[in-house]
Amino acid sequence: MSRPRSVSKLEPRKGAESTHLLEVRDLKTHFITARGRVRAVDGVTFSLERGKTIGIVGESGSGKTVLARSIMNLLPRNNVVRDGSVIFEGSDITDYSSKQMRDIWGIEIAMVFQDPMTSLNPVVKVGRQITESLRFHLDLDKSEARDTAVALLRSVNIPEPEKRIDEYPHQLSGGMRQRVTIAIALACGPKLLMADEPTTALDVTVQSQILNLLAKQQKERDMGMVLVTHDLGVVAGRTDEIIVMYGGKVVEKAPTPVLFSHMKMPYTEALLRSIPKLEDPSHTRLKVIGGRPPDLINPPKGCNFSPRCPYAQPKCHEEEPPLIAAETPGHEYACWFPVGTPENRAAFDRNLEARLPQALVTLDGAGLGASAER
Amino acid sequence: MAGTGTAHLRPEANPLISVENLTVEFPLGGGAKVHAVSGISLDVLDGETLGLVGESGCGKSTTGRAIMQLPAPTSGSVKFKGTDLTELDGEALRRLRPEMQMIFQDPISSLNPRRKIGELVGEPLAIWDRGTKEEQRELVDRVLSSVGLDPEVARTKRAHEFSGGQCQRISIARSLVLDPKVIICDEPVSALDVSVQAQILNLLEDMKAEYQLTLIFIAHDLAVVKNVSDRVAVMYLGKLCEVANPDDLYATPAHPYTEALLTSIPVPDPSVRPEDRDTIRGELPSPIAPPSGCRFRTRCPRAQDRCAHVEPLMRRVGDDHWVACHFPLSPVLEDPAPPA
Repeated sequence: MSRPRSVSKLEPRKGAESTHLLEVRDLKTHFITARGRVRAVDGVTFSLERGKTIGIVGESGSGKTVLARSIMNLLPRNNVVRDGSVIFEGSDITDYSSKQMRDIWGIEIAMVFQDPMTSLNPVVKVGRQITESLRFHLDLDKSEARDTAVALLRSVNIPEPEKRIDEYPHQLSGGMRQRVTIAIALACGPKLLMADEPTTALDVTVQSQILNLLAKQQKERDMGMVLVTHDLGVVAGRTDEIIVMYGGKVVEKAPTPVLFSHMKMPYTEALLRSIPKLEDPSHTRLKVIGGRPPDLINPPKGCNFSPRCPYAQPKCHEEEPPLIAAETPGHEYACWFPVGTPENRAAFDRNLEARLPQALVTLDGAGLGASAER
Repeated sequence: MAGTGTAHLRPEANPLISVENLTVEFPLGGGAKVHAVSGISLDVLDGETLGLVGESGCGKSTTGRAIMQLPAPTSGSVKFKGTDLTELDGEALRRLRPEMQMIFQDPISSLNPRRKIGELVGEPLAIWDRGTKEEQRELVDRVLSSVGLDPEVARTKRAHEFSGGQCQRISIARSLVLDPKVIICDEPVSALDVSVQAQILNLLEDMKAEYQLTLIFIAHDLAVVKNVSDRVAVMYLGKLCEVANPDDLYATPAHPYTEALLTSIPVPDPSVRPEDRDTIRGELPSPIAPPSGCRFRTRCPRAQDRCAHVEPLMRRVGDDHWVACHFPLSPVLEDPAPPA
């Protein structure tokens, strides 16, 4: 659909050094609490090109949602320490005030949240929730905005949009509500869409519909997209690049096919193993990741994942591995004993000999090949 | 998707639970009613895990609750060890309750936030007056450690001090403490992370072996259901579509709806392009006025005229593989079921 695009209100580019749509440099977001400093996001760096999708994957508490909100500058200002920079289309938006962000939210960067019921206003009709940003950002009059809203609802596959536009959120099903929040996010034609667990609250069938819808809209509009999820299955076929987060840090980053074929970080491997697979016969024992995500106030010394890692060696408990480049371009990982190397194999054998529980868990059923094959 | 019919039942195998023509309706006033479950028949053998799978609103949780008589079904029978639960009065039903327990979806809201874990897990024992205080305490410690919690630490804490996965372990411990025969698990892992989900699924398998349980496992994720079940029943809008063992169901789905559910599951493999996969279209019809004939016909790619008029019956398409569809994806075997 064609719609007038408002003039970008971003500051003009300072130099042409950055051509990325979004660039995040060493972003840190810490919360000051009574118990101490929670290092929710601790030095994340990545960039995203226009029209591309990046997936951010991790367990609950890995900092992925805080990262998304920190990029959007949606966090409260009190007791939050943000450091590093967020560069959008060449402008540094890290320290923008809420007033300045108002020219970015919705029109440049939009967000879709996990729970469609709580992200829609229950006492406002669907139509007005969509037209609000159209009228604010694009200066459309009432009837133009309404026509655009109907067209948007139609483009997100809502049947009878002329009727639905006058309904309240509670009259729609969960999947429909999420379509509405997507329509709201797309209303002003943003260049970047942040989708924070957009399908976690939905059924599998609806999930695949919504993910296909997002992919189609992204292609048509040449948008960049950041897809945050805990499910590696969701990002596998739908992203260009994946970032795996653990304990507020990036532990592995790679183009999607490379991540699945040549994963280096034991955490990525463990995450993939713990998904029940349809091909496996029923009652296949799942390979769990023992233990719990790290306490972000007192993170473990050395590698964050070392207490749960089947390959952990004394070095892992002492020294934190830096994010280093793998042989494939664009592939980075943080591990002293990366998966698929002889050192990793030797470490695993040592841990098996010591009968380390986290190493024995991975052995269950699949045999020794597990360490070398993946 | 009508799934009326009882061809898939196994009365000769002496099932532990046998549900026939279970119907649950909720009146809306003015004569309208929600047809939540419409004439479902199921059976569960001793020591078996039955997986019940379907989208939100298909009536799978209502079925689980109706088996527990919470609330009692509108019509139909639920036999447990040969006793029809729907005919029992309140006290007789209460006497049977320790044998049937339930685990819920949201582990945090199903635990009382103001009570200590030791009290929560021990309460069933106090209600049923099982053993002395000392014996009760020992038993609580034993179930807590068998679900992987340290009883010394857990006993005096409250639910908010635990993560979601740990709360689900506590719920499981509470359901085990009376040594039940049957546990109905209503979406026990849907609210959990994949890594925690795997821990809980393994735990349920261990507990099933240790306590010789029979499970009814309700979930919307077919991969999860496949992992734990011995037999799977696929539901759609209050009816059964297909009943089979999980390996056959995955290898050769016979019902178009089962096939659609399978293709919707995200595959952790980047070479599979999800956009190319044809998934189910449209929305679940209203259970207040369900479609005539086969209830799936409004979204079914294979629907014909006949589907709008005649409700399909359960027919056999393989060894212990049953489907309620006029035009199934595998040929129907006309011979009657082989004797067990």
